[in-house]
Amino acid sequence: MSASSAVEAIDLVKHFGDNRAVDGVSFVVPTGSVLGLLGPNGAGKTTLVRMLTTLSVPTSGTGRVAGFDIREQPNDVRRSMGLTGQAATVDELLTGRENIRLIGGLYGLSRSYVREASEHLLDRFDLTAAADRMAKTYSGGMRRRLDLAVSLLATPPILFLDEPTTGLDPQSRSGLWEVLRELVGEGTTLVLTTQYLEEADHLADEIVVVDKGRVIAAGTPTQLKDRAGQASVVVTLTSAADLDQAAELMRSHSSEVHVERGSRRLTAQAGGLGDMTRIAAVFERSGIELDDLGLARPSLDDVFLHLTGHRADPSSASDQTTEGVAQ
Amino acid sequence: MTTTETTPGTRSTRPQISPPSLLRASTTIVWRNLVHIRRMPEMLLDVTVQSVMFVLLFAYVFGGAITAPGADYKEFLLPGIMVQTMVFSSAIVAMGLTSDLQKGFVDRFKSLPVPRSAVLVGRSISSLIHSSIGVAVMAVTGLLIGWRVRNGVVDGVLAFALLLLFGFALIWLGIWVGSLMRTVEAVQGFMFTVMFPLTFVANTFVPTESMPAWLRTISEWNPVSAITQACRELWGNGPAAGADAAWPLQHPVLVSIGWSLLLTAVFAPLAVSAFRRRSRD
Repeated sequence: MSASSAVEAIDLVKHFGDNRAVDGVSFVVPTGSVLGLLGPNGAGKTTLVRMLTTLSVPTSGTGRVAGFDIREQPNDVRRSMGLTGQAATVDELLTGRENIRLIGGLYGLSRSYVREASEHLLDRFDLTAAADRMAKTYSGGMRRRLDLAVSLLATPPILFLDEPTTGLDPQSRSGLWEVLRELVGEGTTLVLTTQYLEEADHLADEIVVVDKGRVIAAGTPTQLKDRAGQASVVVTLTSAADLDQAAELMRSHSSEVHVERGSRRLTAQAGGLGDMTRIAAVFERSGIELDDLGLARPSLDDVFLHLTGHRADPSSASDQTTEGVAQ
Repeated sequence: MTTTETTPGTRSTRPQISPPSLLRASTTIVWRNLVHIRRMPEMLLDVTVQSVMFVLLFAYVFGGAITAPGADYKEFLLPGIMVQTMVFSSAIVAMGLTSDLQKGFVDRFKSLPVPRSAVLVGRSISSLIHSSIGVAVMAVTGLLIGWRVRNGVVDGVLAFALLLLFGFALIWLGIWVGSLMRTVEAVQGFMFTVMFPLTFVANTFVPTESMPAWLRTISEWNPVSAITQACRELWGNGPAAGADAAWPLQHPVLVSIGWSLLLTAVFAPLAVSAFRRRSRD
């Protein structure tokens, strides 16, 4: 292996009885980068993270974290990484400060270090005011932040985050994204699982799409979007009366034009920005009034649909009836 | 990377992580479990208020109708109730462990460079402390209603040591059950179904002489009876077992030690392997 990879999965397999939760997954995460493991519920993301963080023993295959083999050197792995679980595992009956002290004791860190570091972490995660309150009085966002603070106590160079923002309100979510970006800025390698395409798009350098225990695609967010198909030019007219004429004009530039009468919208396949400016010029000359004109790239949701035939994001499950339009 | 930054908890000042000793890890967990008790004192109800109620119920409500040959019933009762408290400590361990497994605390713990046995050691020690608080509360209650340690300090302390040893043996049963079951409610249901016959079909509350012969045999071979008899004799709370009593009651101290070792030998490996299996997935 090369010294520049922080995490490697090498043909990892985990079976629970007949259930092939993870069925031969490999990937490499370069040091200092962010890997997003993207997939729907039950895709095997959590099981993957559990194996890489030594919580679960692989049925076969192995992995390396900070150069240490997860099967042969589990204690070195544990010293090199932090884990923030799916359900935040803060101790509800302990205060914020005591939670940090608990983990400090279990890490074998010196008491003076833990005292100093906990002040710093509580401050950084905006928990100082609540530091001496029991964690059960915390909001969901505060719990996640405490959980993250606890994971960072020993300043691990590699951090695993299992669905870090599931169940958080949008404000807490973007707050947490902010913190994660800061960590990456400091050089921490992140491996995060998510079922939110937006989150992977936002944070990850590389995305590994997992479905039914297998990797079905991997690449940068842009690469994945390119794979889902071409970009398209979307035009919204001011008046529905111009629709037929506009569609005619666009057909002379694009082989496929889709008309949505209700929303006065025309969608044409396009190769890129050049097509868009050409179409814009055509409308400029025609005198047809436009409300809007723009280039739409496929979202990661389209990518997922394209790759698996079903959507990843549970919140868009109701959109399944519109699949025909999206294609 | 900058080297001038010295704020703890940032990347540039990665602290030395020396794997904690089993002792440090276990005491950290014991500390955490004791903070739990302090935050939720109602966790102690089972070994305090409940036990005192048992003492008072048997001493004053049922006691009048029970005759313990050669002993004052209140004195006869106290050792039995203390043993019962120790037996219940295995339910406390089991429920605590299942709750830690359920809530992901064991997972968090396993992701740290700590000897994994520390979870079990910490759990055992804190539940022994838990039950010892119960035994202390009962000793005070006993002293108030006339129970006394009559055979001197050495025998007195030996009896308490036997109680703790027996409690330790049963903790493994608790860990085994706690590792096998998925919810605290299931553990509670199972443990109490086991514990009630275990503590009542014995000499804990009534002399075994009045039982039908077959039941008397079962009762007298019940480990709970041996420990109870040992405490009674060591504290001077009752006469030695009659000549017609089963063999274990004739040698209660040795048999108590034997039972404790045997139960540990059986349940400790079962408990450790069940806990390991549970923590592999």
